[in-house]
Amino acid sequence: MSTGTTKLDVVVSDVVPVNELVTRFHFRRRDGALLPTFSGGAHVVVEMRDGERTRLNPYSLMGSPLDTREYTISVRRDDAGRGGSLFMHRHVRPGMEMVISYPVNLFSLDLRARKHLMLAGGIGITPFMAQTAQLAAEGGNFELHYTCRTASLGTYADVLAERYDRRVRLYHDDRDERIELDRLLSSQPLGTHLYVCGPSGMIGWVRDRAASLGWPAETVHFEHFAAPQPGAPFDVTLALSGRTIRVGEQQSLLEAIEAAGVDPPYLCRGGVCGQCETNVISHDGKFIHNDHWLSEEEHRSCGKIMPCVSRFEGRSLVLER
Amino acid sequence: MGITFRNETFRNDFTFRNSPEHVRRFPFPFHEDSYMYAVNIEPHVAGPKGSVLENLIDVDEHYVAEMQDRALVLAEDPLRCQSLPHMTLAGWDLLELLMEQQALGYPEHFTLTRDGDRWRWINRPLGIDDTFTFGDVSTLPYGPMEYITRQSQGDFCILDQRDGNLWMDAGMVTTQADWSLDFDIGMNFFEWHAPVPLAHEKGIFVRALKFLTNIQQGKPARRLNWTMTINPRLDTSPENYHKWGPDRTTVTPENVGEKVHLRVELQSFWRLPRSNGIVFPIRCYLIKMDELVTQPKWARRLHRVIRDLPDELANYKGLTRYRPTLVEWLSKLDDGSPTSPGFGPD
Repeated sequence: MSTGTTKLDVVVSDVVPVNELVTRFHFRRRDGALLPTFSGGAHVVVEMRDGERTRLNPYSLMGSPLDTREYTISVRRDDAGRGGSLFMHRHVRPGMEMVISYPVNLFSLDLRARKHLMLAGGIGITPFMAQTAQLAAEGGNFELHYTCRTASLGTYADVLAERYDRRVRLYHDDRDERIELDRLLSSQPLGTHLYVCGPSGMIGWVRDRAASLGWPAETVHFEHFAAPQPGAPFDVTLALSGRTIRVGEQQSLLEAIEAAGVDPPYLCRGGVCGQCETNVISHDGKFIHNDHWLSEEEHRSCGKIMPCVSRFEGRSLVLER
Repeated sequence: MGITFRNETFRNDFTFRNSPEHVRRFPFPFHEDSYMYAVNIEPHVAGPKGSVLENLIDVDEHYVAEMQDRALVLAEDPLRCQSLPHMTLAGWDLLELLMEQQALGYPEHFTLTRDGDRWRWINRPLGIDDTFTFGDVSTLPYGPMEYITRQSQGDFCILDQRDGNLWMDAGMVTTQADWSLDFDIGMNFFEWHAPVPLAHEKGIFVRALKFLTNIQQGKPARRLNWTMTINPRLDTSPENYHKWGPDRTTVTPENVGEKVHLRVELQSFWRLPRSNGIVFPIRCYLIKMDELVTQPKWARRLHRVIRDLPDELANYKGLTRYRPTLVEWLSKLDDGSPTSPGFGPD
């Protein structure tokens, strides 16, 4: 029962280029009914039937949770990635029938906060689109700081500025504009919660500065879905199902396990939710842990692996699956 | 046709009874002749027609009387219903869930009509016909959680999820087996389970929390739990221990069948969509021994379960004082023949 979530049959109702890298996709339910209500920060996993392969990528819902006639996601094209975003850009057209998961929220607002301080980098803006819509409707107190490379790549910057005016601050890398983070973090009222979504360097920077300025960890929220990294192919033995499989260069371990007909649980496919955690029975080689779920100690002890994003280099690996 | 609601009490003269059809649909919790803790969580999907699982939120012949009893409890002790300020959105989530499920399962009794944010809710058994604005607390006579849980059988704990833990930050708890929302409000999952013996050492709560924090929207789960209660009291709270505690000393061989009740909790777990909280409805079903033993399979099996229950568990469930009397009484109904597998009566 824990494999993924309930599925939704949808039709692509619109495909809208936003800028040279980002395209927005609109989904409606095939039966015309309303889609499930969701909360700001939720994502869905989109299933892509790419020839023989099924690709499963998570994308944040960016519409208002108050309007569930359609879901919208924004996909940044990654020419060097494993092909999911390219598939979305090249093959998904209005009218196409697709399957997506129910919404899952791993980046929820803390509703106790007196103020929500949001920091977005690049395509990390998408969960904040829904969160700001939710907060604005309730009269919630928020402030959004959004950094992008250039004005033309400031996805939805114009929309946000128009909607929220001075509650949104924009920063452009090409103009050497940079968030004055220490000043920003030091000047917040008590009871503020901090949310950050963007490249992992930005998340690390913000978390470090917040910690050293005395922000309690419970008030700092971040979301970073690591995309599975390509790497050298390796073999793995699944002890419970009694199979030995090969994980291809562009394939994640989780995908290889699924392709072998084993149905492991998953939710985020990005190394954060903990659902696909798998015990290591034996190994001779080196783990490349890319997840944000296991502790550093667990990474060192080599007893567990998150097959959605992590890889292995070495002679033998046996997992309990 | 609809449900015929009983006029009955859960206090004073204790006129609570199950009709014969309701005896047969009772959620008997023992699938074999012995009982031990088990991970008995399963998907909460609709079950057989006529069972308590036919609808995901069950409404039965005790509905009106239970709601009247709840109103009495709240009048005496308003702290049985509490919601911390950040939980109002979750209250709206719960209102939507319960209105939808009750209207879906029992259209002859409940009707929900929506026109955007303008909602009309008709509850015929309780004579309610209210129009309100979804999301606007000022348009209801109570907060959204209190409003709908005054009209829904069972207790409701609403849990906030943050920092990888669950926090009991709101609830309506008037039909509980010896615990208190007022003690537990604001506590996290480990704090409110602190009194439970042994399970911590076994890591049961760590696993249970991991399961619960991963409950997904559209995929509720459920489990059954049980204990026993003397007299059909819904409210066996710590606050009222002085009223129900002494009942345990009143069981005699003559009154076992009338006084001793099996109390079964159908607990379900749902992800709430707007607040991302979890609601944990705890629906209580009571059946007196005289009613239960009309099903010979249940009589035989219950005898064996209670007789062989480990002492620690019997103590924990508060049965110790009257267990010998109960076992002796049940033994006369156990001819030693085998019981069939599964929960249902033969």
